[in-house]
Amino acid sequence: MAQAFSARALLFTKLAAIGIAGMLVAGAVTAYEHFDGPYRLGDAPPQPIPFSHKHHVGDDGIDCRFCHAGVETSSFAGIPATQVCMTCHSQLFTDAAMLEPLRRSAVRNEPLRWTRVHRLPDFAYFDHSIHVKKGVGCIECHGRVDRMPLMRREAPLDMQWCLDCHRDPGPHLRDPARVFEMTPTSAEQATRGVPHVTLATTRRLIDCSTCHR
Amino acid sequence: MSSEVLRGRWGYASVTDKIADLVLRRRTHWLWALGFGIAGTLTLVFLGGIVWLFAVGVGIWGVNIPVAWGFAIVNFVWWIGIGHAGTFISAFLLLLRQKWRNSINRFAEAMTLFAAGIAGMWPILHLGRPWFFYWLVPYPDVMNVWPQWRSPLVWDFFAISTYLTVSLLFWYVGLIPDLATLRDRAHGVWRRMIYGFLALGWRGEARHWARFETAYLLLAGLAAPLVISVHSIVSLDFAIGNTPGYHSTIFPPYFVAGALFCGFAMVLVIAIPMRRFLRLEDFITIRHLDNAAKILLATGLLVAYGYGMEVFTAFYSGDEYEIAIALDRMKGFYAPVYWTLICLNVVVPQILWWRRARRSVATLFAVGILVNIGMWLERFMIVESSLAHDFLPSAWRPFIPTGWDWAMLAGSVGLFALFFLAFVRLLPALSIFEMRELVEEEKEGEVA
Amino acid sequence: MSTTPVTRRDFLKLAGAASALATGACTAPPDEIVPYVKPRAIADGIAQFYATAMTMQGRAVGLLVQSDMGRPTKIEGNPAHPSSLGSTGAFEQASILELWDPARSRTLRHRGVPATREALAAEWRRTLAALEARDGEGLRILTGYVGSATLRAQLAGIAKKHPAMRLHEWEPLHRDNSLEGARLAFGRRVDCAYRFEAADVVVAIDADPLGAGPGWVRHARDFASRRAPQSMGRLYAIETFPSITGSMADHRVALAPAAIRQWLLGLDAALRGETSTALPLVMAAARDLLAHRGRALVIAGESLPPAAHAIVHRMNARLGAPGNTVSYLPPVSGVACAESIKTLSEDMRAGRVRALLVLGGNPAYDAPSDYDFSGALAKVPMSAHVSLYEDETSAACAWHVPRAHYLEEWSDATAHDGTASIVQPLVAPLYGGISVHEAAAMLEDESASPRELVMRALRLEGDAWRTALRDGVVASSAPTPLALAARDVAFTPVDASGWTAAFRPDAAVHGGEFAPNAWLQELPRPESKLVWDNAAYVSPASASQLGVKNGDLIEVSVAGRKVRAPAWILTGHADGTITLPLGYGRERAGPVGSHVGFDAYPLRAAATPWDVACTVTREGGARALAATQLHTSMEGRDPAKRMTLADALSGHAAAHGEKPTESLYPAWPYESYRWAMAIDLNACIGCNACTVACQAENNIPTVGKEEASRGRSMHWIRVDRYEEGGAVLHQPVPCMQCEDAPCEAVCPVGATVHDSEGINVQVYNRCVGTRFCSNNCPYKVRRFNFFHYSAGPGERPVEGSNPQVTTRMRGVMEKCNYCLQRITRARLQADKEDRRIAEGDVVTACQAACPTKAITFGDMADPASAVAQVKRSPRGYTLLEELNTRPRTTYLARVANPNPEAGP
Repeated sequence: MAQAFSARALLFTKLAAIGIAGMLVAGAVTAYEHFDGPYRLGDAPPQPIPFSHKHHVGDDGIDCRFCHAGVETSSFAGIPATQVCMTCHSQLFTDAAMLEPLRRSAVRNEPLRWTRVHRLPDFAYFDHSIHVKKGVGCIECHGRVDRMPLMRREAPLDMQWCLDCHRDPGPHLRDPARVFEMTPTSAEQATRGVPHVTLATTRRLIDCSTCHR
Repeated sequence: MSSEVLRGRWGYASVTDKIADLVLRRRTHWLWALGFGIAGTLTLVFLGGIVWLFAVGVGIWGVNIPVAWGFAIVNFVWWIGIGHAGTFISAFLLLLRQKWRNSINRFAEAMTLFAAGIAGMWPILHLGRPWFFYWLVPYPDVMNVWPQWRSPLVWDFFAISTYLTVSLLFWYVGLIPDLATLRDRAHGVWRRMIYGFLALGWRGEARHWARFETAYLLLAGLAAPLVISVHSIVSLDFAIGNTPGYHSTIFPPYFVAGALFCGFAMVLVIAIPMRRFLRLEDFITIRHLDNAAKILLATGLLVAYGYGMEVFTAFYSGDEYEIAIALDRMKGFYAPVYWTLICLNVVVPQILWWRRARRSVATLFAVGILVNIGMWLERFMIVESSLAHDFLPSAWRPFIPTGWDWAMLAGSVGLFALFFLAFVRLLPALSIFEMRELVEEEKEGEVA
Repeated sequence: MSTTPVTRRDFLKLAGAASALATGACTAPPDEIVPYVKPRAIADGIAQFYATAMTMQGRAVGLLVQSDMGRPTKIEGNPAHPSSLGSTGAFEQASILELWDPARSRTLRHRGVPATREALAAEWRRTLAALEARDGEGLRILTGYVGSATLRAQLAGIAKKHPAMRLHEWEPLHRDNSLEGARLAFGRRVDCAYRFEAADVVVAIDADPLGAGPGWVRHARDFASRRAPQSMGRLYAIETFPSITGSMADHRVALAPAAIRQWLLGLDAALRGETSTALPLVMAAARDLLAHRGRALVIAGESLPPAAHAIVHRMNARLGAPGNTVSYLPPVSGVACAESIKTLSEDMRAGRVRALLVLGGNPAYDAPSDYDFSGALAKVPMSAHVSLYEDETSAACAWHVPRAHYLEEWSDATAHDGTASIVQPLVAPLYGGISVHEAAAMLEDESASPRELVMRALRLEGDAWRTALRDGVVASSAPTPLALAARDVAFTPVDASGWTAAFRPDAAVHGGEFAPNAWLQELPRPESKLVWDNAAYVSPASASQLGVKNGDLIEVSVAGRKVRAPAWILTGHADGTITLPLGYGRERAGPVGSHVGFDAYPLRAAATPWDVACTVTREGGARALAATQLHTSMEGRDPAKRMTLADALSGHAAAHGEKPTESLYPAWPYESYRWAMAIDLNACIGCNACTVACQAENNIPTVGKEEASRGRSMHWIRVDRYEEGGAVLHQPVPCMQCEDAPCEAVCPVGATVHDSEGINVQVYNRCVGTRFCSNNCPYKVRRFNFFHYSAGPGERPVEGSNPQVTTRMRGVMEKCNYCLQRITRARLQADKEDRRIAEGDVVTACQAACPTKAITFGDMADPASAVAQVKRSPRGYTLLEELNTRPRTTYLARVANPNPEAGP
């Protein structure tokens, strides 16, 4: 009586089995890749105005707080109102085509609609003011914006990334007077934190209730 | 003599023919078709329930505060319990060299597999956010968080998944030689292909048999302790809790006994119609039923002892809350449930002291059904009444099941039946090769 | 600080920006940032507080309203306001939902057809021109009690222009009896302001000064100040219905209304020296009162007839109360509501009314049933109704004008003691409503803005105005109390036999005006724990007499008018009487309030506003009622402990039995704060203010009647009611924040964990919903989202909810977390200033609202903190201490101060 499977059928069966397993793995990997927010790490989403931090911060050396006025007092750093942009751009580049949306906003009294680059989940409560006050430099999370022609996300902003710093803040802290500087924290700092930044307790920093409520 | 485990004069060939033909030759009986139809309908109800549940939330059930655990948990414990008998028969009795098991272990294992599978679904359905059930698994994630290991639910997760895996392997490995037999006897290329694929190229060489025996024995060795461990851990879901009526050290043994009790009842409920419709009276003899009945009686007594002890410890402890819940079960909102389950689980099985009862097929079937119901009620009693009547009187509130609760319970029974009916049609309901061993042994018996 | 109201457009921008900031909601907002066009002074994300006031029946409670980016989200009491002292009641708390309620009226309608404000103004001009000839005869304005000087000035202005115009007043829960009683006693109408803090002995005769009516919040605070064992007063309550005041009484007698009047006469006689009476408690109470001349107070409830009030005034005079425990103030109203509405109805029916402006109120629903107000209204050619909702009256009037919510309008208000305060808008009208002042301005073609009108009426400008606006009160504006002599008045009560029907405001929907408010609908009534319904309350004896059990339908009929209602049995209710809560059975109260419960107004005639003889019959059938607590007996478990004054003074410990000390769990190390709470059962009056405050602060959804009847209501702090030996105990139960929390050990995913300050936090976004934690919680304080409640009907839109608190999705557990967001706010501030959080920096929502300050919260680690001190009191005890869960929330036992003479 003949075998149910010829030798070659047998081979195919085995190959098929292996193939299916392989596809599952591949699928899992690609899925994981796409769990990375609407914009992949590092690429710049389109904006109504191609605003360049590189130009404003890097070249003109405008202080972060000029536009992000709430950063020292509020949870939300603040996005400049149209009129804030107009303080300069009523004089400079008044006819630049790329600034048309800005002028329209000012004239029609309609807000600009920027695309969000740094987005945290709604259940994560982040407060800019306390981080700034405790000496976490802007670049720790936002990267060298002074080198970004278009704003892009440099940090994954996922929970383990937050925790890395909350578990051991030292290397990421600097003199609160220098948080707005774009220079990276010095190696010597990274080794032994910053003496003059006081933290109630580092244990508090990894409580769930510190960010979630 | 009437106490034999194999009646009539069967040879290797005839046994093989008989069992294999059940799958390969026998035409579909109209009763089977009817049963399959009903089971299928109930399964659809079950699926419908699940869809609605996932769409709107567990609110469709009667669960509330304080009674946050409802039918889902009751059914879970019930089904997982039913599973145990299969493992007990196939693994324990194998290790104990009980040859009478040979003719019943195959379908008992199938029962285990289906029951445990369905049981495994319930905890997931129970969740408020079932799509996150995998958070109970320790895996590296971007949240840097792990399961909370003090929670018995985590232990549960591992207990159940282990149990499912081992049961599946044990059952499948046992099937391999028979699948090969079917492959060889099947007509039609597709059947042969499928059985052939499943037989994993078994050729029945001595080498195969040698390895097979080792593997089978090892798996039996692995499965045996699970009979004890799984339900013990399930019982900890309650025993660990501080709720009066949950918080009791007697639970693990008490639950294991209950599981076997319920499981053997289910074995009877399945075996009796099966031997009747598949004409297996020669293989599943009165002797088998008699043995099962004895185990039923024994475990039943253990369970009764458990009930007694629960009440005793309640009063012996002097803990006002324990006493209150003990009394509430007897006199409170759920008193009818309590007394019914006492009647079904304690009183009814006593009939099995009589040899005539143990050998009356009808009686055994009835007892089997009643005990299954009784054990479901027991789990209901434990889960719901305790929660409905705990520490603060202001929070007391009974649990009242909704239509969905009942529908999904019925649905899960339907799914079980569906699996089982499919099983007897597509796979050898009895283990061919083990029956042949039996024939062999019987022969030796005669020679000696 | 004062503020100019944000314009509607700004508001919409803020709303957009807010949702883009994604600080509040669980649903993913568009990934967009919408900045302002013009920069604002205050950085986003920092809450601002503005002073205003909420008026009910002409008397206001001062408030501080929290504004997040221009959106009012939470209401607090104004510490500077005499009627509040920082506390609020449930109504004030729930009014934030009223502001945001999507069911509020949005369109101005003429006979049901959308119309414009200009059209209305034009119509008024035409009508008034027509009436000009007979100098305004036929023009009528119907208001409730007017607490606003601005509106009073406006009405006066209109009256000057149209001399023949007539004003009418109608309040369904009017105070005709007390005002008329005052006239009998003093020859003029006056309001009484009680000073409980000065009263050693108080006798409340069918009165509920601690539970309802003008100034109750202040009364409760003052009363509580006299419950401390060291300075403990005594309260006698003689009442028909088990009210909040009755539940706090040291002696309580439940009597039918007729019997109460006899009792009152008995007390009067006893005070005048008569020495024998069969009536219970009279002699004891009388001696007690006389023994405390100048520190005694007798209070008559509104249900008593005018003559009875006059007699009580006489009693108080005899007891030296005036000036000490009670003071007399200019009245809220100069007219008798019943009279006023009567004339109006008759004139309307006779066609003498050409034009009617109804400012607020809902007379078509709540006017005395014997006048058929809405029928008469149909005869008025020009009628306009200004109201928040399109209600019964709106339907009966030619014009419906959407009214601006008090948080959207400029106005002023009067406190229960006469102090004036400013009402300022927190936001531009969300649904395009106009304020009563704008509506009135149409009749006097007044061009000044409401803000100017208010400034004019209060004669305030410049700094004085700004100060008053900031403080929320106009400095030293309280009128000087009147010195009046009470004269003797004869009072012969008619004694009734048979059944009596008593009417009283519902504890949650009041006269019916709050029926559309889901928070209030779902607020367990203090006496019955019923939600989403009213019921005919009867005593157990009456129930067995009628042969009814809870929910069985009965028919109550008065002079041919019938009402079918489900019965509900209340221990402590007077026999032979049926209490019918008003405010239900409304036809047009939006999706939430329509067709809920039964309407008792049809039985309520002008002559018998509070109680009337009736016949009662058992009807077939029953209605399912939803109660949040099914069991009020303590089963000897003593969750709410009581002790005698003697024990309390001698420092007897409330907690009995030896405490468990050992634990298998290692103690938590605490490096900084240890938050803790203490709840004084001796102060708690069970008013539910904490429950609603918590609901507003923590975005807690409502679940509806059916879900509530399944035991699924979501309140994070519930007030348990226990009845024992005639006494009633209220026990607020929030999360206990156990040190050894049973919930933490059993959660498989670590969604409920202990934080470094000892708070047992619930991490919603980690919860998978096994519900094991709830099973294992002995206090059953955990609440589960069985469905997606936060998306249910009657909820605030996301812009209106607290942006600092996650709104929970379906399938997750939630519970009290000591207002983590408030602790966080304080911590961040302190950390920025490199200091510790100071005492009082963190005030939980329940604590802030509590009228009696029964709740103390703070840092246990600091032995000087208030909470640490309170916890050291011998009255302190732990709920279910034997379980050794070591709660952070503990209780102070209730103290009873019965009169030794009174016997048991």
